[in-house]
Parts: sequence; structure tokens; C-alpha cells
Amino acid sequence: MSDHHHKETFVTKYIFSQDHKMISKQYLVTGIFMGIIGGFMSMLFRLQIAWPDTSFSIVEAFLGNHQTDGIMNPDMYLALVTIHGTIMVFFVLTAGLSGTFSNLLIPLQIGARDMASGFLNMVSYWLFFLSSVIMIISLFVEAGPASAGWTIYPPLSALPQAIPGSGTGMTLWLVSMAIFIASSLLGSLNYIVTVLNLRTKGMKMTRLPLTMWAFFITAIIGVISFPVLLSAALLLIFDRSFGTSFYLSDIFISGEVLHYQGGSPVLFEHLFWFLGHPEVYIILLPALGISSEVISTNARKPIFGYRAMVGSIMAIAFLSTIVWGHHMFVSGMNPFLGSVFTFTTVLIAIPSAVKAFNYVTTLWKGNLQLNPAMMFSIGLVSTFVTGGLTGLVLGDSALDINVHDTYFVVAHFHLVMGVSALLGMFAGVYHWFPKMYGRMMNKTLGYWHFWLTIITAYGVFFPMHFIGLAGLPRRYYTNTSFPMFDDLADINVFMTIMAIIGGAAQLIFIANFFISMYRGQKATQNPWNANTLEWTTPVEHIHGNWPGEIPEVHRWAYDYSKTDENGEYVHGKDFVPQTVPLLDGEEPS
Amino acid sequence: MLALFYIFIAVAIGVSFWQITRIMNFRSVIATDEDNEKQAKYSLAFLAFLYAMMIYCLIAMNVIMLPEAASVEGEHDDNLFNITFWLIGIVQFGMQFLIFFFTYKYRGNKNNKALFYADSHKLELIWTTIPAVTIVLLIGYGLWAWNNIMYVGDDENPIVIEVYSQQFRWDARYAGEDNQLGLGNVNFIKGINTMGVDMSDPSAQDDKQVTELYLPKGKKILFKFRSQDVLHSAYMPHFRAQMNCVPGMVTQFAFTPKYTTAEMRQNSEVVAKTDGINKIRRAKGEDPYEFDYVLLCNKICGASHYNMQMKITVVEEEEYNKWLSEQKTLAQVIK
Repeated sequence: MSDHHHKETFVTKYIFSQDHKMISKQYLVTGIFMGIIGGFMSMLFRLQIAWPDTSFSIVEAFLGNHQTDGIMNPDMYLALVTIHGTIMVFFVLTAGLSGTFSNLLIPLQIGARDMASGFLNMVSYWLFFLSSVIMIISLFVEAGPASAGWTIYPPLSALPQAIPGSGTGMTLWLVSMAIFIASSLLGSLNYIVTVLNLRTKGMKMTRLPLTMWAFFITAIIGVISFPVLLSAALLLIFDRSFGTSFYLSDIFISGEVLHYQGGSPVLFEHLFWFLGHPEVYIILLPALGISSEVISTNARKPIFGYRAMVGSIMAIAFLSTIVWGHHMFVSGMNPFLGSVFTFTTVLIAIPSAVKAFNYVTTLWKGNLQLNPAMMFSIGLVSTFVTGGLTGLVLGDSALDINVHDTYFVVAHFHLVMGVSALLGMFAGVYHWFPKMYGRMMNKTLGYWHFWLTIITAYGVFFPMHFIGLAGLPRRYYTNTSFPMFDDLADINVFMTIMAIIGGAAQLIFIANFFISMYRGQKATQNPWNANTLEWTTPVEHIHGNWPGEIPEVHRWAYDYSKTDENGEYVHGKDFVPQTVPLLDGEEPS
Repeated sequence: MLALFYIFIAVAIGVSFWQITRIMNFRSVIATDEDNEKQAKYSLAFLAFLYAMMIYCLIAMNVIMLPEAASVEGEHDDNLFNITFWLIGIVQFGMQFLIFFFTYKYRGNKNNKALFYADSHKLELIWTTIPAVTIVLLIGYGLWAWNNIMYVGDDENPIVIEVYSQQFRWDARYAGEDNQLGLGNVNFIKGINTMGVDMSDPSAQDDKQVTELYLPKGKKILFKFRSQDVLHSAYMPHFRAQMNCVPGMVTQFAFTPKYTTAEMRQNSEVVAKTDGINKIRRAKGEDPYEFDYVLLCNKICGASHYNMQMKITVVEEEEYNKWLSEQKTLAQVIK
């Protein structure tokens, strides 16, 4: 590999770069940008939920002709909810999280010069960029962006007569997502091939750090499930534009009978959730992988039950592809299928419980270095447990009947995949910032960011369970049409205030991120005293990662605080990098 | 409350500016023992906060939650929910304690050594088996309840009622004396035949179209759902009942009302919730609220999704029969 001798221009270094480290930074910054947009939208619609009759100049300023006197229109409310969901799920927590850390860490942690195909990797990022641009453009079309919910169930998403956002806005949404899926597939294929083929000498699969296992399995689920969403979207495009009837049948709207015959919206639901549910794990597993690494490093202790953790990841991944029907218990699907999906769904609790217990056991008797990244990872375990447990309610078909599509669901998935994955992403940024930018992030700001984030996250989403149990449906523009929900108004105000503080707290992160990039303290080569290979590369980025030979791996990644019979550290310090050969008589862990 | 909110914003922005200006001369980046001490204490404080919030929510929000199920089938649902909720509640309290207490207890110090403890088959076995067994029991009860709710035997002789949805209203059609609904299809929608009933179908003649649901107490009702345009979902929270209305197909759901509306208004949980609501309404100068069963739309369906509702009244059987006999048949209404 002699690439690093080539002279690079500004364009090949910063824009059309094929270097995985630069691509990962591009993903991260794009993801943060999209996150600001998606997060800001949630602030706007939270204002509407808390104070439905109050005029806000900020609404007036941002929503143009989609508001009347500072109060947003119902269509715009639905559009904001839809685009918030789309951006957060796909652009931030799929591309922003997986794209950033898979790209950064896969070659570095397995000991490879770069991804298997740097070119495809570059194409993958630029397709993601293109799809982001199209999604943003869709916000400005006259009738408003897509507004049929992020699940875009037809017929609502197919008929502009039903909601104005299903016109040009929906077309752009579909185009953007199709490109996004192409990007995601190119990325995932690259990750899989790289992990399988480019591991350095000694890096057996059983020695891979858990981050690698998580990213590897995530990529596999992505390759299995994303194409199904693509086909679902294609069929929807056909129905919308070319008069086919895959999803539509017997519709009378705006005073006329439409020509559609024989299609079924339930088919779309099946196709959508065949991606949609694995998508939850595409988001969550990388966050869990990151926190495994961060918790073990900062606890100065091996991750407890490495094999069980790998097994759990595989079990979760496998089960995730056969549970999609639990989103459809009351869709009109055959009740027998409901029973089957209940069974498979609730089984996921087992590997999830194993993971949670293993994290807690890793903390037990550790020597916890409570760096910001560690705090975020501990926060992740907390919200993962809180959010995961209510899955036992929702996964049980009999119970789901009454909480389906209420705020109980919103609380559940925000905690278990939204907040958890976001905390995992932050943990990753704080932990690997020195690897990405050669500088350190400020820890005081990190602590402020963490505590404000977790307190407000619980403040928003914990009470939300209870308004769901009061029967409040999600996606209601206002709750004032039903007197039975009048007593929920105060809680909604509280949640909105919490959400806005939480949103504002993210500004601390953004400031810390960008200031540290230029003014942060210079990083040392291995600031966290970690074992994994990425910390053996020089601080300054070079093409090809290691200046000389790629180091050889002699042990697993978790030899922290390994002691001999006398209680002394075997290598004189509380960590043993993977590159250190076994001593005479030292047992491999 | 709005003022409070602006104050919060101001404080948040203030704090961020203050901290961000400090970064200029503040370059510490890796946690010291002092940081570990501090963060460990904060973790303990956070645990207290979390417990306080959970307990507060469990107690104070009891009154806003839905009252006990008003359908026979809903009883099992409530039971199962209570069991599940207690179970996850206990696990939640236990796990959060472990997470944040361990964070406190095992805070790092340069004189400490972590325990090298990488695996234990026994522990792994315990926490695989216990959740597995618990879950099997939960699923067992859950599936039994599900089958009980979803399958309606022919011998139960349910009263058949069609619930018909369109943007943004609900209509209902009673099957009449033959207890058989006439066929419906959007192609038949014309003039006052707004539900698209095929009037050449003999069983359609005695059907009765209404805009409000009246249900007899103690009789099994089999709802058939149709939609005219997009997906809707008929959600009747008090009966623990919900089913999507799907254009192009007929879906169904059945339950047996257990309390009349009048009885439900006397229910202690309903009284408490109603009192709470009326206190708020009085303060705002609005008319008092009286409890009614309601059917609401719970699948995003367009601009007025938030206001798509139909009143449900449960009455004794005689009153139901009397009300039904007063309604006109389709044959009388549509020539």
C-alpha cells in the first residue's frame, strides 16, 4: 500500500475522499446537521402539543404559509412529525451513527489499511449526502413535505387528495429514501467484506472487539432488510404514478371512486416492517457495541461474558427479522399470525436481558473512570432497560390492542432506541474524538451535556408512558377535542419544557464539538489506556493508518486489570493492548 | 407556565455561555479521581431523582389513567397488564439501582484495582433461564387472552354492527332483524347512500344506518370495520378494543359491554378522573364534562385526524331494543 505517498489535492482529501477516516467525519458532520434539523422540528411540534392555542413567533418565522398567526396548521403538524421521524431514524441514527463509527472503527480495529473498497465507500457517503439534500428540498415544496407519518402507510401516502403532503413532498421523500437505501447497502456490503477479509494477522473472529461484532451483524441485517423497503417504496411509486394497485383498492375520495382494485395496504405494512423492525436493531446494535467497548475500557475490566454478548447480538439480529408483525396486531392481519409474532417478539427479551445483566456485571467491582463517554454509556444501559421493559407490554398482542399507537408506544421506542442510541452515539463521539480529530473534547461541558440530556430525556419520556395509558393517541394535532384528555394538558406542558431544555443542552455538545476540533487539547496516542488496535495508530491521520507494518494481534481486546496469582498486573499496568504477545506461561483469556 | 418556560430557556442559554467561555482556559479532558468522586455522587443523586420520579408518576398519575375495563374481554387484558406492569416495575427498580449504585460504589481511584472477572457460566445460565421461564409464563397467559379476544365462536350469536370510517367521520350500520349486513362497496356510494350499501342485496333492506353507537349491556357485539378512503383505526379505549379500518377489506373485533354508561359514571375511578377534569375546566370557564364512552381514530388519516370521534352509549337491553326499533331501515330511507 503506497497510497500515502501520493500528493493529495484539497478535493481528494476533504471532499471526494476515499479514506475511511475522512468519510467517517463527513458522515458525522452531516448526521449532526440533520440531527439539528430533526431535533428542532420536535421542538416546534412539542410547542403545538403543549400550547395549541398560543401564537409563537418562532412558528411564524419558520413555517411560512403552513401557519396562521403563529399557530401551525394541522397538515404541517403531521409533516413535522413525519420528517422528524424520518430524519432521526434514518439520517441521524442509521447513517450518522453506523456510517460514522463503522467507517472509522472497522479498518482501525481489525487492522486494515482501509475499507475493502474505498471507492464504493465514497459513493456511499455521497449518495447519503444527495438523499439528505433531497429530503431537505422536500421541506420547501409548496404543498409541504411528506406528512403520512414516517411509516408512510398507503393509501394516505399515495393520495394527494387525502393529505397535501402526499403530492410532490411524498415523491421527493420516496426518491430520497431510495437513494438512501442504495447508500446504506453500499456501506453495509463494504463493512461485511472488510470484516471478513481484511483482518490483520492474529485477529480471529473470536478476538474481534464487541464493537466490530455489533457493526458486522448490523451490516448483515441491513443487507437483508433494506432491499425490502426499497421494493416497498418502488411499488408505492408505481401505485402513485403509474396507476397500479399493489396497495390500493375500493377507494372513494373527493366525491369519486378511484380505479384501484385488488390491492392491500396490509401488504405495504408487511413490507415496511420487514425493514422497519430490523431497523430498530440497525440503530441500536452499534450503540450497544460502542458502549460495550467504552464501558469495558473505562471500568478497567473485561466486558463480562464476551461470548454471551456475541451470542446475544446474533440472537437479537436473527429474531429481529421474524418479529415485524408485532407492529400489526390490530392491522386486520390473521389473529393466528399475531400469536406467532407475539411469541417471537417476547423472546427478544432474553438476549436483551443477558446484555443488560452483563453490562451491570461489568460495572461490578470495576475501577470506573467516569469520563463523559462512560457516563453516556451508563446512561445508555439505564434507558435501554427502562425502554426495553415496556416492550414486554407492547410485544404481547393482547396488551398491545389497547396501547397500540398511543403515547405509550412513543415513550417506549424513544427511550429504547431513540435516547439509547443517541446516548451511545455521544459516548462514541466523546470516546473516539481524539482518534478522529487528534484533539480532546472538554470534559466539564461533557458532564453538563450528559446530565442535562439524561434528566430531560427521562423528564420527557417517562411521564409519556402514563398519558399513553390514559388512552391518548399519538399524532394528534391537539388533544382539546376530547374533554377526557383535559387532565393531560399539564403533563404535556411539563414534557415540552423538558424537551426544550434537552434540545438546548445539545447546543453545549455542538459548541464543545466544534471548538474542541480547533482549540481542544492535543490528544496523546492512547488517551484512555485502551487495548484495541485503533490506539496503536499515530495521532496524525495518514492514509493507510499505520506507517509501517500492520501490527499483529496476540490476544482479545479485554485484558484489563489482568493479574497473576500474587495479585500483580501481569504486564505491569492495568491494560494489555491486543498487540502485546502472551508472556511465557500466561493463559489466554 | 409559559413564563416559567422562558425562564428555563434563559437559564439554559446562560449556563451554556458561561461554560463555553470557560473552555477557553479550561483544558482538562480526562477524568481524575476527583471527577470520579463527583460523578459518582451525581449518579447516586440521579438514582434518587429517578426513583422519586417513578414513584411520583406511579402514584400521582394513577388518576389520569383509563378506568377499569368496561368489557368482559377487557378484564383479562387488565389482569395481564397488572401482572406485567408489576413485574417490569420490580425489574426496573432493581436494575436502575444496580446501574447507578455500582457507578457510585466502584468509582475509580488510582489506588484501586478492578477485578478481572470475564465470565461465569453459572451466572449466565441464571440470567438466561429466569427471564426465559418468566417470559414463557407471560406469553402463555397473553396468548390465551389474545385467542379469547380475537376468535368469536358461531354459537356466541353476537350482534353484528358495521363501523364505517371516512375522512373525518364515523358512521355505523346495524344489521337489523336478520343480523346480516348487506354487502357494501364504494361503487354504490350515491346521494344519501353514504356507506355504499348494495340495495339489491336482500339482507341490506333491514339494515339501519346511524351516527352514534348504542350498545346493549351484557351482549356480545361483533364489529365489522370498513374504510372508504385511507386507513383509520377504531379505538375504543374503555373497552380495551381496537382494530384498523382498511380500504378494500373488512376487519372485525368483538367485545361484550359490562357496564352501562350510567353505571360507569358511578365508577369510583371514573368519578375521580371526571372530578379532576372538571376542576381544570371550571378554572378555564368551560362547561363541565360528563363521562361518555368514545370511539376515536387512532391511525394517522389526515388533517382532522385529531378530531374524528363517535359517541358510544351502553344501555340495558330493553332500552337498546327500544332505541333500535325507532331507527329507520335502509329500505325506508333509500328508495
